[in-house]
Amino acid sequence: MRGLSFDIAHMLAGSLVLVSFMQLYQDRLYALLNIFALHAAILAASVAWQALVQDAPHLYLTAVLALVFKAIIIPTALHRIIVRLGIHREIETVVGVGPTMLLGMGLVALSMVIMLRVTPQADPLAREDLAFALSVVLLGLLMMVTRRNAVSQVIGFMSLENGLVLAATGAKGMPLVVEISVAFSVLIAFIVIGIFLFRIRERFDTVDVQALDRFRGERR
Amino acid sequence: MNFLALAGVLLIPVLSAAVLATLRDYRLTARLNMLAALLTFMMALLLFFVEVTPGPYLLVDDLNKVFIVLTTFVGFTTSVFSASYIGHEIDIARLTPTSVRFYHAMYQMLMFAMNLTLIANNIGLMWVAIEIATLTTVLMVGIYRTHEALEAAWKYFILGSVGIALALFGTILVYMAARPVIGEGLDAMVWTELVQHAAKFDPALLNVAFVFLLLGYGTKVGLAPLHAWLPDAHAEGPTPISAVLSGLLLNVALYALLRFKMLLALNPAAIAPGPLMVTMGLISCIFAAFMLYRRRDIKRMFAYSSIEHMGIIVFAFGMGGALANFAGLLHMTMHSLTKSAIFFAVGHIAQVKGTQRIADVGGLTVTNPVLGWGLVLGVVAIAGLPPLGIFMSEFLVVSSTFARAPWLAIALAFGILIALGGLFLRLNTIAFGEPRGPTAPAEASFVPMFAHFAIVLMVGIYMPPVLVVGFQNVAKLLG
Repeated sequence: MRGLSFDIAHMLAGSLVLVSFMQLYQDRLYALLNIFALHAAILAASVAWQALVQDAPHLYLTAVLALVFKAIIIPTALHRIIVRLGIHREIETVVGVGPTMLLGMGLVALSMVIMLRVTPQADPLAREDLAFALSVVLLGLLMMVTRRNAVSQVIGFMSLENGLVLAATGAKGMPLVVEISVAFSVLIAFIVIGIFLFRIRERFDTVDVQALDRFRGERR
Repeated sequence: MNFLALAGVLLIPVLSAAVLATLRDYRLTARLNMLAALLTFMMALLLFFVEVTPGPYLLVDDLNKVFIVLTTFVGFTTSVFSASYIGHEIDIARLTPTSVRFYHAMYQMLMFAMNLTLIANNIGLMWVAIEIATLTTVLMVGIYRTHEALEAAWKYFILGSVGIALALFGTILVYMAARPVIGEGLDAMVWTELVQHAAKFDPALLNVAFVFLLLGYGTKVGLAPLHAWLPDAHAEGPTPISAVLSGLLLNVALYALLRFKMLLALNPAAIAPGPLMVTMGLISCIFAAFMLYRRRDIKRMFAYSSIEHMGIIVFAFGMGGALANFAGLLHMTMHSLTKSAIFFAVGHIAQVKGTQRIADVGGLTVTNPVLGWGLVLGVVAIAGLPPLGIFMSEFLVVSSTFARAPWLAIALAFGILIALGGLFLRLNTIAFGEPRGPTAPAEASFVPMFAHFAIVLMVGIYMPPVLVVGFQNVAKLLG
């Protein structure tokens, strides 16, 4: 039983990394949103599995939050925003798909090297989870760096947060305070983002961050 | 008494945020904002007279008392400045009464979040509080809704969130390191527990955790090369927020970093956090000093000056030891007071002249003598000339470093001198020479600005023994 529970947790965390990779090469916003919903759903499954294995019922709450907010409500809302703004066309990436994927692989390798080396005496489940979580965090960062579109940057940020939740649930017995706060902060972040998109829309006819870049720097 | 002080520092800001959000009249809310900030400051002073036993969530010790009193004091003086600043912004219709209502509520939320960060005994709670502080300031930076303000707020939001995410990962790693020793559950996140058992933690895990925490909270401190959000956020938001950002929020993030530094210092097998901090501090100081020369925007220039000074402070704490810590603490206090006072002056200057462009501001000492000479005094202070307080603290930082690592001291002194040159170059155009731009007298309250300068001057000439002993105790605590 011990072996099976480990394998399932491992598989779920691993698929989270895989889905993070899938996000990297999506070049349409709708597809990206769907993949993000999948990402959040897998996270929910992974958290629920941890709740079962660790016998920590409060983690179910985190799982439900992940499923309801991140996999359903947020993608739906962003979908609407995209429709309303009429920006469902292609996403422009700063770096090409090939180099991005290579960079992503490098980041995953890096996080494996760091995390597996420093946690030799931790229990294997937490170890692997932490390594995967760091990969997801770094891939989320990579996505934020390589995208120009404000919506896809937000999605990158949210998948980064998913990695953090994975890490927090993998750390056995981590107090509830943090889980709630993580979920809560995502919610707040979303509200903030909503306001921002609304305001950006007020001033510009695009949510392309490059268009914002024109105004950067000092007024001459 | 205990409860009163603790509750006052946290509950007064929260409750007044709720009240301010419901009131319409902006003159009334500005006054209430001042009153709430004053009450919070008095409650913070009360902390010196009470003994609070640390609980699982809250902690009061010598270190955070200093930070809390500084935060609430500058919070109060800034609210006084803010009242006159906001009045003018409404007169020229840059802000609507609705957004001012929102602004005052957010101001108190920010005060709450900063106090909570400082008083938290739980590293998870501390993280949450810093997150709240970031979100409230993001909203306030974007309040003018101009192109520049929106972009600055967006940039701040994205970079700040990434920093905060990295800090959370570091926090989780600290918990992972503590769990085998302290056991599962709440205790493994309580700072006082962590400190007691730090020597037995797994050093490798702590090392990685500290790197994440340094990068994460370092972003919020504004250390180069993670500083990109800082100049934009300072330049485009309302000036009272620039004052609070520079004077307080950077310190609060630094405080979080210091707590983790103390944790690492207690574990003999972990890396020494000092050299990492010294490196980042020195890079920030020298980099920002050079950046001062090419600034065209007055608020942006002082934002770079803040990066420079945070670099010096982080450098001092990174060197460690009783004297360098004392110097770092003193420098932090002096910088908070001076920089916020400078932003008070700059806010009124920008209102009088209707622009923040340095090229459009000139001859201030002739047209607006009080404001002009106030700014001159501020720049003299921030550049580190005697007899003001920053000279004292910079002298202490450099001289204490000289005894231990002469080359580092020379590099630091080089950075400080470069910055001095840059600041005076611009000051010359702004304060002296041919008057440029509108010359209407400023409807300003100069009391907060000169109150800050008076303290800075007093410390430069004579430091009261109470202050010296207090800072010495904290410096010992910092190790």
